Amino acid sequence: MHVFEWGFVAAVLLAATPVLYAALAGALSAQVGVFNIALEGQMLWGAFAAVAGSYYTGSAWAGIGIAVLSSAIFSVVLAVGAARFRADPIIIAIGTNLLALGLTGFLMRVLFDVSGTFSPRGLQGLPAMSFLRDIPVLGPVFGGQTVLVPLAFVLCIAAGLWLRSSVGGLRLRGIGEHAAAAASLGVNVARTQTWTTIVGGALCGLAGAQLALGNVTVFTENMTAGRGWIAVAAVMLVGNRPLWVPIACLGFGAAEAFGFRLQGLGAPQQLTDAAPYAITLLVLVATRIRFGAARRALSS
Amino acid sequence: MTAATPTEAPEPRGAAARRLFRLAARHPGVVPVGAVVLAVLIGAAIIAAAGLDPITAYSAVLQGALEPDSLDYTFSVWGFTCGMALAAAIPLRMGEFNLGGNGQLVLGGLAATVVAGALPGPLAVPLAVLAAAVLAAAFGAVSAPLATRFKIPIIISTLLLSPIAVAVVSFLVRFPLAEAGSGVAQTARLPEDARMWSIGDLSYSNVGLLILVAMMAVFWIVDSRTAVGFELRVVGANRRFGAYGGVVVGRLALGAMAAAGAAAGIVGAVIVLSSPYRLIDGALLSPGYTFAGFAAALLAGGRPLLIPVTSVLFAVLQVGGAAMERTADVPRQLSDLLQGVVIIVLALRTVLDAGRTGRSEH
Repeated sequence: MHVFEWGFVAAVLLAATPVLYAALAGALSAQVGVFNIALEGQMLWGAFAAVAGSYYTGSAWAGIGIAVLSSAIFSVVLAVGAARFRADPIIIAIGTNLLALGLTGFLMRVLFDVSGTFSPRGLQGLPAMSFLRDIPVLGPVFGGQTVLVPLAFVLCIAAGLWLRSSVGGLRLRGIGEHAAAAASLGVNVARTQTWTTIVGGALCGLAGAQLALGNVTVFTENMTAGRGWIAVAAVMLVGNRPLWVPIACLGFGAAEAFGFRLQGLGAPQQLTDAAPYAITLLVLVATRIRFGAARRALSS
Repeated sequence: MTAATPTEAPEPRGAAARRLFRLAARHPGVVPVGAVVLAVLIGAAIIAAAGLDPITAYSAVLQGALEPDSLDYTFSVWGFTCGMALAAAIPLRMGEFNLGGNGQLVLGGLAATVVAGALPGPLAVPLAVLAAAVLAAAFGAVSAPLATRFKIPIIISTLLLSPIAVAVVSFLVRFPLAEAGSGVAQTARLPEDARMWSIGDLSYSNVGLLILVAMMAVFWIVDSRTAVGFELRVVGANRRFGAYGGVVVGRLALGAMAAAGAAAGIVGAVIVLSSPYRLIDGALLSPGYTFAGFAAALLAGGRPLLIPVTSVLFAVLQVGGAAMERTADVPRQLSDLLQGVVIIVLALRTVLDAGRTGRSEH
């Protein structure tokens, strides 16, 4: 196999990973009946916290820890507001997304006295798994990646299997299926929704950490650039099933990696930027047409 | 908001005061005003935590936005915020979220630039505004069949469509429509007779703003005096009841999204037909009118008569934010932050309800 092609696979995985973490968060929230469109803001906050954490502690691992913890705390607003107080999760999410955008820009100016881009000298990024470099296939695909890349896929599959075949997973799914019925069976609906959404926040922290310390080693204003929205669409595309989330996200990763290649060949960046959204929308429409046709065939 | 809760009062008086508080909390003005007050206080705490002076910062905001010299500019920003608030409020009235305001805004700007540039003359301005309204309305309306036929929620389709429109317009401004030889991502300056008519010698506020004000009046009349407005509100209150009562929800959504798109498109048209009379890549979006409008619409609860009032707040914040950055050294990103806080506090108004039912159960 040519290095060129394995390199493309690596680029696809790299582009897919942040979206994958966020989409897993969205899928878990959706499973407990919380429509979570706060992914974009939580991921942006996670990216900022990861860079700030790595900058202050000098350790990328501490940066990840701070990103996960603080993104989980950031998601408490949505979790408690939507689950405990029955507030509209869409409106909270619109608010927290704006808050994350404003707060990261504000803190970047106040703490680091820069605007736009923060990339101090010596900022520690996550190390690549270079020990894999000499192994065929694994080397070219994962040798240049951080450990967060394979972890994203492992977590998705683990969450999917857990949801499908464990008691806890069944209870979780029951809430999304019919909250009142789940409550009558003794499941604490509000508490489960709250903690699931907070776990989602932690996953968005990982998404941001991978984006800002793995894919690159820098924080830029609004650096998530719509990845959280793509994740929301990906969740919808796969009908909230974590096991299918990686497939949708790999599709996005392929579109982005292919776009980079096309840019290299001279295609304008604006059009390759639009491609993931257009493809997501087309796939959504196409799956709806197919499902609709299948449903009609079943009912006739 | 809850700061006035007299929990420390002696028991019998406490009960009476609590009842009074409960009554007061039910007043429709409490939540929006409380949200703003709370946001201002949180903003002050953040500014203070950053080691800066909140009072200087806020007075710089007010001074920067409301001093006589800047009123002209503030008024224009207020108009754009109102227009984008309409783009959010019309679908919000029927319970739908239009998060595609950015795409509709830039398409309106694009259509107006192309038409005004191609047909200079006395009809250039009305035709440009009309073209902007039509293109953006069509773009907004696409979300309605996507929702009714393909079951893609309007919030998702507007979210996905908007960046596509933004990217396409950005591409057109950079390449095919770019001003020859300038090297900047902008179209050529519009000819004199293709510019928005001015009012007296004001440099920012022009007849375009009067169009935006007229749009709000139309929304008020439609919302409060017509069958369509009633249908919108019925569907917003209870979709299934509306459908049962004979409202064709799909058609209503089509109309609402088209109207929302048209409102955003006209804002885009007015911006490019005003100084500096050209479409500049990113210039329509960088002030953040879409989400300022969204916040204003939410704060007004979608009510047409309140939108002009709530838009004042976000226009002042937007214009004054720049002044605050200059004079008090507080980053202007504080404006976004405060918008977010206002929206979150508004959404969390249900905390009051929870407290109420919790108390009444005892």
